[in-house]
Amino acid sequence: MADAPEHAPKVAAPTGPVEPAPPADAVLPAFITSLQNGVAGSVAQVSLYLGDWTVIVPVSHLLQAVEHLRRATDCAFDYLSDLTATDWPPRKEGRFDVIYMLYSTRLRHRIRVKVKVAEDTPVPSVTGVWPAANWLEREVFDMFGVNFTGHPDRRRILMPEDWQGHPQRKDYPLEGPGELLMESPLDWLKLRQAREEMDIE
Amino acid sequence: MIDQFVIPTLKIVIVLFAGVLPAVTYMVLLERKVIAWAQSRLGPMRVGPYGVLQPIADAIKLMLKEDITPTKADRWVFTAAPIISMVPALIVYAVIPFGPTVQFFGHPVSLYITDINVGLLYIVSVASVGVYGIILAGYASNSKFPLLASLRASAQLISYEVAVTLTLVSVILMTGTLSMVGIVNAQYNARVWLFIVQPVAFVIFFIGGLAETNRAPFDLPEAEQELTGGFHTEYSGMRFALFFLAEYANMIVVSSVATTLFLGGWLRPFPNVAALHFLDVVPSWIWFLLKSFVFLYIFIWVRATLPRYRYDQLMRLGWKVLIPLAIANLVVTGIVKVMLR
Amino acid sequence: MDTLTPKTLYGEMFDTNELVINMGPQHPSTHGVLRVVLRLDGEKVIDAEVVIGYLHRGIEKLSENRNWTQIILLTDRMDYVAAATNNVGYCQTVEKLMQLEVPRRAKYVRTILCELQRIASHCLWVGTHAMDIGAMTVFLYAFRERELILDLFEEFCGARLTYNSMRIGGLPLDIPPGWDKKVLAFCDIMDAKIDEYETLLTHNRIWLERTKGIGVISGPDAAALGMCGPALRGSGVARDVRKDEPYAAYDEMEFDVPVGVAGDTYDRYLVRMEEFRQSLRIIRQATEGIPEGPIVGKVPRLIKPAAGETYHAIESPKGELGYFIVSDGKSTNPYRFRVRPPSFCNLQALPRLVKGHLVADVVALIGSIDIVLGEVDR
Repeated sequence: MADAPEHAPKVAAPTGPVEPAPPADAVLPAFITSLQNGVAGSVAQVSLYLGDWTVIVPVSHLLQAVEHLRRATDCAFDYLSDLTATDWPPRKEGRFDVIYMLYSTRLRHRIRVKVKVAEDTPVPSVTGVWPAANWLEREVFDMFGVNFTGHPDRRRILMPEDWQGHPQRKDYPLEGPGELLMESPLDWLKLRQAREEMDIE
Repeated sequence: MIDQFVIPTLKIVIVLFAGVLPAVTYMVLLERKVIAWAQSRLGPMRVGPYGVLQPIADAIKLMLKEDITPTKADRWVFTAAPIISMVPALIVYAVIPFGPTVQFFGHPVSLYITDINVGLLYIVSVASVGVYGIILAGYASNSKFPLLASLRASAQLISYEVAVTLTLVSVILMTGTLSMVGIVNAQYNARVWLFIVQPVAFVIFFIGGLAETNRAPFDLPEAEQELTGGFHTEYSGMRFALFFLAEYANMIVVSSVATTLFLGGWLRPFPNVAALHFLDVVPSWIWFLLKSFVFLYIFIWVRATLPRYRYDQLMRLGWKVLIPLAIANLVVTGIVKVMLR
Repeated sequence: MDTLTPKTLYGEMFDTNELVINMGPQHPSTHGVLRVVLRLDGEKVIDAEVVIGYLHRGIEKLSENRNWTQIILLTDRMDYVAAATNNVGYCQTVEKLMQLEVPRRAKYVRTILCELQRIASHCLWVGTHAMDIGAMTVFLYAFRERELILDLFEEFCGARLTYNSMRIGGLPLDIPPGWDKKVLAFCDIMDAKIDEYETLLTHNRIWLERTKGIGVISGPDAAALGMCGPALRGSGVARDVRKDEPYAAYDEMEFDVPVGVAGDTYDRYLVRMEEFRQSLRIIRQATEGIPEGPIVGKVPRLIKPAAGETYHAIESPKGELGYFIVSDGKSTNPYRFRVRPPSFCNLQALPRLVKGHLVADVVALIGSIDIVLGEVDR
């Protein structure tokens, strides 16, 4: 926000997403219990917030967990709604949260699968499970630099092919590297003044 | 002397310069207006009252445009191609009859430039020369996309010409003569316009005419929405204009030939019925022009309405549907003629 | 980290039998800046590569610098053909995050606006799709009806394309008096016009030949590829967010969701034509039953959702438009703003759809998927 006064107290950067555990009397839905039983050690944490179930899966178990969610009859998550990432720079167990949003067209339920990865932790690609992940993972690679292994076509998708840097990381400036952030009219005036001074010289 | 030189020259001048060329130029306006009205808009309205002077503005603009020739193009062929496209359409008019022989200030004047006794053959052969213009345009552009597109366009034209020529043979079977004036007279003597006796031939002729002139729904070779630009991609200015005027001139030729062959040429409706003699106040050439105009209107109407055929579907239609139908029509006509003799 | 060597379609792999054609970013039929590189064998397409990113404006990162209400303006610009649905999706996600109650009247008006947008978007789709295949008159007719809808929107919020017509908790303005009568009058006009389009196209021999059997994809394949919206429903998968996870006033409306059978271009066309009629049905029900009441719920002065994250999807005319928003509870901007664009996921399927078809079908297929580049690239 360009109009924040300079003397505002510095807000500490958040260290991670808020993932409230489900209340004690909530019954875990069938797809989560099936995953817990089907693939041992795949569910590190379960969260329920505003009616959405989230499971946090360690990277090592990701592919198996995702395969189980796809194939098991009580899960039947045949639709990959979205594949995205969030950047939590100060977090120690890995700055990126790669999030898979799955939906079942047959059973009509949703689940969110999260993995916590560090900058160069290899993440297995799920394009073998859902071909929809092809472009979605390319975009996550382009914007965040997450290292997907086994992806058939790992290139940048939205940015030009030879771009350096990953734009949606938190340490990447909004205006681009080496540019001026022109958020308010005063910035434009300053730019024009600077240009006039250069012309005079 | 007058009969030998002055009158034919005058006829050529009038038909070409006061007839065909203005007609071709104003076809542009007619098409734009009719398509606009079909699409619930108005078309050109600014230049002249109701846009009537629009073609003149277009002609002036095109003549003043920069003359661009691609560097590696074959310069002479590049310039000659549009001319080769345009000229055959114009010289076909030598045999198209606008009316019978009338008395003009005591002088018998025939309302056609000439009447050779192989008129229909002349038309078919001359019109085919126009295909060369398209092929040469693609070749001379020295670029792979116009070349491919021109080959496709010429393949389309040649295929549909077979079907059209077969229908013309059925017409000749019915009327017994190749001369254009003779065909109209045969319709007068038979007391019936030919499209009633030969409906299949009429329809095939019309569809083939659409394909011959690269009009929708057979205009894939020149549609902008396809990847390969048409054979006229490298053309601009007056040369480009010549291609499009050639297309309109071909349309008018097809309409005139269809009128002569199937709709009785200059004859008024029910020419042998004496009770309708009051219709004779309308001169014969006006009837001819009216009927041609109906065809032109249908050409434009079809363009505004129908989607476009894909190239393989187009060729399939020409070879697998129209040609067998034309042959069948010819055979049936022959059999019926023999049986009724 | 270096990018691994990709499978390039252009460059060294030029075979004498194969032709590589570039349907460049500027092309009359790609509906925006889309680049498709085709490998052809004669006229048949062997492979296609889709290159996007020409319209990437960084809306997701920009939103991290805007406060919650300012983002509504940015969401307009994504699917600019159906801007109100983007607004609705975003506002509903934030309302879910803040657990705000939206008054019933606002829900009904949102439903009406979303369905009007669906008709407007499908009008544009039918016009451009028909024009690409050659029937240029339908384009003019469809845009004539789209003008009527844009007039309704202009009367409601003052803008014709990018509306900024929703606020978190409801709408900024109540509908003008007499607006609902105009909407009902529009519905009556539109019924006859849909019949006009169908007369020109649905049973037309040439249209059938150009669209039947083109771009066939089966239901499970389409779902695995992440397709959504009418493109998925044309393949037989009955997935519609309005029915599966109802939002706004859709749970109170009676409507059917058309589902195709063959999964080809013709079925996608039929699905969208039927969606026209179902949208009119919904609009009539909603307009006749608008409840009285406030147009905006109880919204705090400063919008600051509690820390947390959520995903919410709505059914835009192109498909499932989802928003994934993360709030850190302390700042006035979202921490992460992610849009799940339906056109992006649908466009992924293009190489699979065009394989084996002729060059002239590529254009028909791009129109059949119905993409908006603003949404694909954000």
